Amino acid sequence: MKLLESGVVSENRKHIISFIILAATLLLVFPLVFDIFRLNLVAKYLSLAFAAVGLVICWGHGGILSLGQGVFWGLGGYCLAAFLKLEAAVNIANEAGTDQIKALTTVGLPDFMDWNQITELPYIWYPFKSFPITLICVLIVPGIVAFIIGLAIFKRRVSGVYFAIITQALCWIMEILFVTRQGWTGGINGITDLRTCLGWDIRTQAAQYTLYFLTAGLLLAVILFSKKILSSKLGQLLVAIRDMEDRVRFSGYDVSNFKIFSFCLAAMISAVGGALFVLNVGFMSPKLVTIAPSIYMVIFCALGGRESLIGVVYGTLIVCFGRTYFSEQFPELWMFLMGGIFIVVTVACPKGLAGLFESHGAKALAFLKKFLKIENLASKDKKEVEA
Amino acid sequence: MGLENRNSGNVFRAGWFSLFTILALGLGLVASPALAKNPLLDKYPTAKVNTTGLAITDDVVTVGQLHSVSGTMAISETGSVEAERLAIKQINDMGGVLGRKIEIIQEDGASDWPTFAEKAKKLLVKDKVASVFGCWTSASRKAVLPIFEKENGMLYYPTFYEGLEASKNVIYTGQEATQQIIWGLDWAYKQGARTFFLVGSDYIWPRTSHKIARRHIENHLKGCKVVGEEYYPLGHTNFNSLINKIKLKRPDCIYSIVVGGSNVSWYKQLNAAGITGESLAKKNKLFLTISTTEDEILGIGGKNVAGFYACMKYFQSLDNENNKAFVKAFKEMWGDDSVIGDVTQAAYLGPWLWKYTVEKAGSFDIDKIAAASPGVEFKGAPEGYVRIHENHHLWSKARIGKMLENGQFEVLVESEDLIEPDPFPEGYK
Repeated sequence: MKLLESGVVSENRKHIISFIILAATLLLVFPLVFDIFRLNLVAKYLSLAFAAVGLVICWGHGGILSLGQGVFWGLGGYCLAAFLKLEAAVNIANEAGTDQIKALTTVGLPDFMDWNQITELPYIWYPFKSFPITLICVLIVPGIVAFIIGLAIFKRRVSGVYFAIITQALCWIMEILFVTRQGWTGGINGITDLRTCLGWDIRTQAAQYTLYFLTAGLLLAVILFSKKILSSKLGQLLVAIRDMEDRVRFSGYDVSNFKIFSFCLAAMISAVGGALFVLNVGFMSPKLVTIAPSIYMVIFCALGGRESLIGVVYGTLIVCFGRTYFSEQFPELWMFLMGGIFIVVTVACPKGLAGLFESHGAKALAFLKKFLKIENLASKDKKEVEA
Repeated sequence: MGLENRNSGNVFRAGWFSLFTILALGLGLVASPALAKNPLLDKYPTAKVNTTGLAITDDVVTVGQLHSVSGTMAISETGSVEAERLAIKQINDMGGVLGRKIEIIQEDGASDWPTFAEKAKKLLVKDKVASVFGCWTSASRKAVLPIFEKENGMLYYPTFYEGLEASKNVIYTGQEATQQIIWGLDWAYKQGARTFFLVGSDYIWPRTSHKIARRHIENHLKGCKVVGEEYYPLGHTNFNSLINKIKLKRPDCIYSIVVGGSNVSWYKQLNAAGITGESLAKKNKLFLTISTTEDEILGIGGKNVAGFYACMKYFQSLDNENNKAFVKAFKEMWGDDSVIGDVTQAAYLGPWLWKYTVEKAGSFDIDKIAAASPGVEFKGAPEGYVRIHENHHLWSKARIGKMLENGQFEVLVESEDLIEPDPFPEGYK
């Protein structure tokens, strides 16, 4: 028992150390190393990492593979984009230097509605006139969609591959919905040309620095929050459901409720990322709600280690950096290079980077500690590895 | 210095070959300062022509190229990439722009609008390119437009599109909707068409175009009406129910703005249902499109489209000296089996118009280019002659072509005058 406790303590300490390293990387190293253009790109990547963190909860720990995480991420983004677009539409008459004024017939109506012959703001857009309600919508809308899907599917005990296929279909449905209802959503163009948030110009360098720290800070907060949940009894139950669903059910738990909960939580966490993406990048596109980004999010987890809240952040950063770097260096070949890397990583370390760190990192750490003659600690770590 | 020493050592060791080498090198050393020197440098010193810190040296000006070379749009955008490269090569062969050779930084938009935005920002903020030739779909243009306006860049956009836009930071080398639609509908009217059935892919360009078409048909063509208007999602492949509707309505003119991959199924199913160029001609009816160029026919197959009509500003078979030279140069550079569609030609105009504008302005500064653009002419344009309008679109002609089995067009008629671009048509507001 004592051994177990000390093991837990050491496990916790390891988590704290890796969390501090991540926080230092995001809040100190990146801002010092990168210029504002690259930093803004990192902010974009980090906003995708929210979806990966959500997947750690519902896939890594809950065993629910969702191939539709991009939908919830995108819904969060669209909600905030709607608010920003309305603000832009109201302010557009005051902005000089563009010809949008000429194109716009109704002040206060988003430009794409005008192009689609919509003359009055649709009711569905009314909530986005208010900032607080928008913020609530960012969380609630994806949450409700996830809840309905979860209710319909988990209560019927559908799981595994079937669930993954259904979420994949959800991506299709969402994309078609957003593209075809173009008077309401901007269609295939998406919601573009977002400029200010509550009067604050989000395109300036100063704003982009602020938004970077906001994104990184919120991501770290979400990781801590998720950690709290995963290490609670609830988190342990999720793992139990993943590994032996029937036994948990026979023990008297309503398995489906826990699944719905983790699925909704993952959706809401993703949605926060989507909203931050809109602030950082300045537009929202149906291309982000479709299948490809959702698959990318699963790849982030596969690469980073789907059980590790911190590993997936690195996974996201590596995949996105790779994507940007290769496509800049080899614009005609980069997809092959990315594909090659995915194959190598999944074959070489099936548990992702976090798995690699677990299996080799502990040994390396132990060696390092021995080297530094802190034998006492090293032996403790060894025991933990043996256990 | 070190170079000379090493080579003079070589001469004594290894006979003739090295002797030639050193001769060549010597020549190079003598010649290179003369070559590298920009003959126009005295008249256009870099400090004067580049006051905003763009990527311009005494000898080189860097431009960006931003198209999709991967993803679903790659098949369409490749032609534009090739045409722009050809134009830039030809300009460099003529001595460049203000004596400076053009160098290209290419980025891949990957058929993904957020990627377009990222790469546009990279080109403008990191690379400081003097101008960008790129984008194809409206969605990609809309994604990069705020960035071009914020960072003050210049984009040459080649595609025919829906209009409703005129930015200081964009030169639209394709037709806006009215230039392609109104004259073409008048032509159909002269052929005897009185009832029209409008078909389109479901996004902003076909919808806006059909709106203009409907207004023109109902208000300006006597006794004409629209008997149907249908939209299908991008990538849609089953047009049978639509074809049944068309058969029921018996329109004189099927007016089609179906784009991309849908085209293949659309034309094939029309053929299977017995609607071909031949069968329509017998009944004195016609099929008119503004979205099918030589590029698309390559994928559809000439025999599936033979006898249908398209309204464009350019066809590869256009019979004029400019075009003959252009087609020849294009095939020399990109292979004999390459085809050139309307947009490809419009992309070719971009670098040339930029060159002439820079020369007119005597500066690479974006603000000066934007101000100097109206009135710039390109007499060597393969489509004949173009001039930039004050609203940054081009004055250009419209033409009707009949599709042939070999995938080319037979040019039937062209508008007498250049058509004025009108991106904000009256009656829209």
